[in-house]
Parts: sequence; C-alpha cells; structure tokens
Amino acid sequence: MAANTIFFMIFSLVAIISGFVMITRRHPLSAALSLVVTFISLAGLYGLLAAKLLFIIQILVYAGAIMTLVIFSIMLLNVQEEDLPAEERIIERVSITTLILLPMIYIIGRSFTVIKDGQFPEVSQDFGTIHSVGMFLFTTYSFPFEVISILLLISLLGVVVLAKRRI
Amino acid sequence: MESFGRIGFMLFLAFIVPTIALVLSRFLQPRFVTASKIQTYECGIKPYGSAWVQFNIRYYIYALIFVVFDIETVFLYPWAVAFKGLGLFAVIEMFLFLTILLVGFAYAWKKGALDWH
Repeated sequence: MAANTIFFMIFSLVAIISGFVMITRRHPLSAALSLVVTFISLAGLYGLLAAKLLFIIQILVYAGAIMTLVIFSIMLLNVQEEDLPAEERIIERVSITTLILLPMIYIIGRSFTVIKDGQFPEVSQDFGTIHSVGMFLFTTYSFPFEVISILLLISLLGVVVLAKRRI
Repeated sequence: MESFGRIGFMLFLAFIVPTIALVLSRFLQPRFVTASKIQTYECGIKPYGSAWVQFNIRYYIYALIFVVFDIETVFLYPWAVAFKGLGLFAVIEMFLFLTILLVGFAYAWKKGALDWH
C-alpha cells in the first residue's frame, strides 16, 4: 500500500471518530476539543491532496481562529452541566435530520459509482500551491476576491452592531 | 511532497520534546506531596470559586474581529507569494480589498467596540 493511502486512512479515520465524539459529548468544551482534532485531520487530508494553501488555511483559520471563537462563545455562555436540558425525542430529531440530509447522502452515494468508472482530469504539478492560487485569485478571480472583502465588511459591521447592543 | 516531510519532522519534534521533558522530570523530581502543592495553580494566589466563570462579552467581540482580520491576512499570503508575476493590477486589487476592510475597522473603532472599560 502506498504511503499516501495509509495516511489517507489514518486522517479520515481520525476525522470520522473525532466527529462522532464531537456530537456525542455532553460537555461543550469536550465537543470543541474533538472539533479541533477533526479540523487538523481534515488539514492532513488537504495536505495529501497537495493543496498547500488550503492546508495552511485549515490550520490557521479553522483550528486557530474559528476554534478561538467557539471556545470564547462557550466561555461567554458558561453552560453548566446541570443547565443542559435532557435530550427528548431523539428518534424524531435524528429522522428529521436524516431526511434533510438525504440529498447530501445521495450525492455521496453517487460519487462512489461515478468515481469508480470516471476519469479525473489531470491537474498540473503546481495546482493548489500558494503561488498558483495567488495567480488565479488575483487575475481570473479578481472580482470574487473583491466581493470577499464586502462579505468580511458585512460580518465586521454585524459584530459591532449586534455585540455593542449588549454592552 | 518533500515540504510536508519537514512539517512531519516539526510534528515529530513537537511531540517528542514535551514527552522527553515530562518523562525526565518524572524520574528526576523529588516528590513530597502536600495538600497545597497539588492545588490548582493560579498565579501564586490561593484559588477560589469555580473555574467556570462567565467571560466578558468583550472577549467575544475581539475574537470575532480577530477572525475577520485573520481571513484577511490569509488572502495576503498568496498575494505576497505570487506578487512578482502579478503586476500593478494586483496591487490595486489588494489596496481596494484592504480599504474596504479598513472602513469596517474604522467603524468598529468609532463605535467603541475596541474600547475596554
């Protein structure tokens, strides 16, 4: 077995297990810590795909900044064990969630048959490197890039407007 | 792929250094356990109350603003790497990008979201 396959199996197994742990933990901080493990193993998967920029972003933004935010919100809300309500009607909730996720499950199921006999187009050697992403982002995709700044501006204004009301 | 080998080496170091430190100290330390020694360490003062205190909402605002500017910085990275091949247009693009975000930053500053009273 190639080293890549072994690494893929390790990373995906860790991602699935920690994802499962995350949704089953009752304590929010334990769930958040499992989420970090999921993020890092996903970063490993991106690394295997030679998507270097995505690898860095996954660790820097998701495992770093987003997790800081999640942990701050847990500490802000300060949920105690006894504050948590007993989970009721689990079967109904799980079945409704499954119903909503059905299209996603269908796509995942289809990907198995498509990948088996489909051919992937070959990408160039530097695909996904920081340099090539930079070249694409600032030439071909310059408009979406500027739209991102508007998106970030809106979220920044939203933070100030919503949070300032509380102080 | 060889650059990931270096990251793997860093991970290995990050794992092995604290392990060595902990294992070594486990064997080297003299152990006299007293009640005050095994207390939770809190900057030298006696800990009181629960560690579960509600944090000020200002931390949350800072975290949110941090996320926004973290994402901004992430876009600066490929820009800087590909800078030589891009030319003037990319400089203007990034200037526009940063200006739009600076408007938001100025707004946050003006509204006092960064003040700490």
